[in-house]
Amino acid sequence: MATLSADFELRLRSFDLRLALEVERTVALVGPSGAGKSSVLRVIAGLARPEAGRVALDDEVWLDVGDSVFRTPDERRVGLVFQEYALFPHMSVRANVAYGGKERVDELLERFRISHLADARPPELSGGERQRVALARALARNPGVLLLDEPLSALDTHTKHGVRLELQELLQAFDLPTLVVTHDYEDAVALADTVGVIVHGALRQLGTPGELVSQPNDPFVASFTGANLLRGHALGVDNGLTKVRLENGEVVYSIDPGEGEVGVVVYPWDVSVGRIHADDSAMNLVRGEIASVVHIGNRVRVRIGPLTAEVTEASSARLELERGGSAIASFKATGTRLVPLSGAGVPTGSAAAGADLLAQPAPLEPEPAARARRR
Amino acid sequence: MGVRRGLLAVLVVAASTVALAFLVLPMAAIFLRVPPGDLLHELTNPVVKDALVVSLKTTAIAQVLILLFGTPLAYLLASRRFRGRSVLVTIVELPLVLPPAVAGLGLLAAFGRVGLLGSTLDTFGISLPFTQTAVTLAVAFVASPLYIRQAIAAFEAVDPDLVAASRTLGAGPVRTFFRVNLPLARGGLAAGEALAFARGLGEFGATIMFAGSFQGVTQTLPLAIYEQFAIDFDSALAMGALLVVVSAALLLSIKLLLSWQPSRQTSSSAYAPST
Repeated sequence: MATLSADFELRLRSFDLRLALEVERTVALVGPSGAGKSSVLRVIAGLARPEAGRVALDDEVWLDVGDSVFRTPDERRVGLVFQEYALFPHMSVRANVAYGGKERVDELLERFRISHLADARPPELSGGERQRVALARALARNPGVLLLDEPLSALDTHTKHGVRLELQELLQAFDLPTLVVTHDYEDAVALADTVGVIVHGALRQLGTPGELVSQPNDPFVASFTGANLLRGHALGVDNGLTKVRLENGEVVYSIDPGEGEVGVVVYPWDVSVGRIHADDSAMNLVRGEIASVVHIGNRVRVRIGPLTAEVTEASSARLELERGGSAIASFKATGTRLVPLSGAGVPTGSAAAGADLLAQPAPLEPEPAARARRR
Repeated sequence: MGVRRGLLAVLVVAASTVALAFLVLPMAAIFLRVPPGDLLHELTNPVVKDALVVSLKTTAIAQVLILLFGTPLAYLLASRRFRGRSVLVTIVELPLVLPPAVAGLGLLAAFGRVGLLGSTLDTFGISLPFTQTAVTLAVAFVASPLYIRQAIAAFEAVDPDLVAASRTLGAGPVRTFFRVNLPLARGGLAAGEALAFARGLGEFGATIMFAGSFQGVTQTLPLAIYEQFAIDFDSALAMGALLVVVSAALLLSIKLLLSWQPSRQTSSSAYAPST
């Protein structure tokens, strides 16, 4: 597969955006709004002109400020899906898709299940439908790289889960270097195998979701990338709670509904750590060996089996938590969210969905999976 | 409280009635005093016929010029941010506040025989004042700001993401303009054009200064009405009625024509990329 490399400096209103990134599979940039995420996409697409730097897809140079190379957006093979989708309101769905390229229109309408909407106008479509049209249109141009700007933020929470699942499957099928920007860490982990945290125009950390949760570079990454994502299988409803069997065999409960393959989302600060089994049936319990202990300021991130917990420095010392020891992590069913995971197409044990990485102890995380490297 | 509110309602209704009556009364008066037969009879009057032809011809040419030259300027001012842009916008709007007589003087000072460009035009054997071209220029001068102003607003209202989307989908700037900017600004452009047209058809002051009032050459309908007014009030009134009817009909058709949207296309060829 092709590799997109971008290394540039762009002056924004209140700060400079500096970024060096290589995208081979799917990379998600996550950060608070105003961090400069969308500007990264604009630079790659040719909609913004950086002060310095280089953007290239393999040996096809799109931008090289030093060499005075600047290709306009129409001369770059990019498929950019805008945050609000930017569908042409005065054209039918078919005309929107055909705008990018005529050859594959019918095939794309079919593939994105929008054939029945071919004659409809964008304002008549639902959020999920608009996104499918925007994706189909971007792909109609046969892009060499796919850029998605906050692909899920224009959707209401109700449709979001379904669309995210759909998008996961599509991204895996596209086989294109893909860069997603989002402010939602859960979305980033669900869509990409490598996640970069960007704050104030700077890339703070780039790694697999597992690395970000268990070994955050700094407190911001720690607080922002919080969530554990454990892979499991929903077994049904028990006492009004959804029962999920994790891959390591443990059973946990969540107040969220779910079925089939699900991701169990728990924030490290919602996980308590103990040495002995406190008999509390309201708690989800995960026993395991302590895989890593990382100090961030006055807090400590402890990796217990598949789970990362965040405890205070004091309680870490009191519990004498250290690598190789054993501990019990506990968390409430109310603090446990469920997200759907695509069952088919996600190879277990690989980096594809990100979730799998979290379900394994940190030392076993396959290092080559970090395909997007920091330069 | 109730009394006050009632009083306020009465005042609002009263003020609205006065305003409406004031606007309707003069037009109603014209048509009440002119029987439809007289209106049609005016069309056989050679003075009226000539004036109508001059009016229609000069206004039509002026509108084409305004659209051809004004649209690119409006697009440029709407889509580019550069130093001195607001000064340029003010210059474009200036003819709006200029008294028509001053506009006429200005045109004479620029294109007149002793004007700024007079000698230059002279060497090419061109003399503008008191010709039909002068009427067209006068109309274009006073009417174009109305169109350009509206067109700038219409182009600015087009979502920049749509323009950016077009570019990332492989369309160059020209194709993007004709497929995205222009169709989406269409409604605003039509409204501006209708305004400019109405202003142009009623043009009087700048025309009489710069082009004079010669029957069959530069005498437009408003000029003919003014001349007739000195001779025969009823006849002038009938011509006025004719002008109102013609303006209303043309205004309506321009609005319909420019805001007309192509019916839903189902064939892909209609939107086929030009490349």
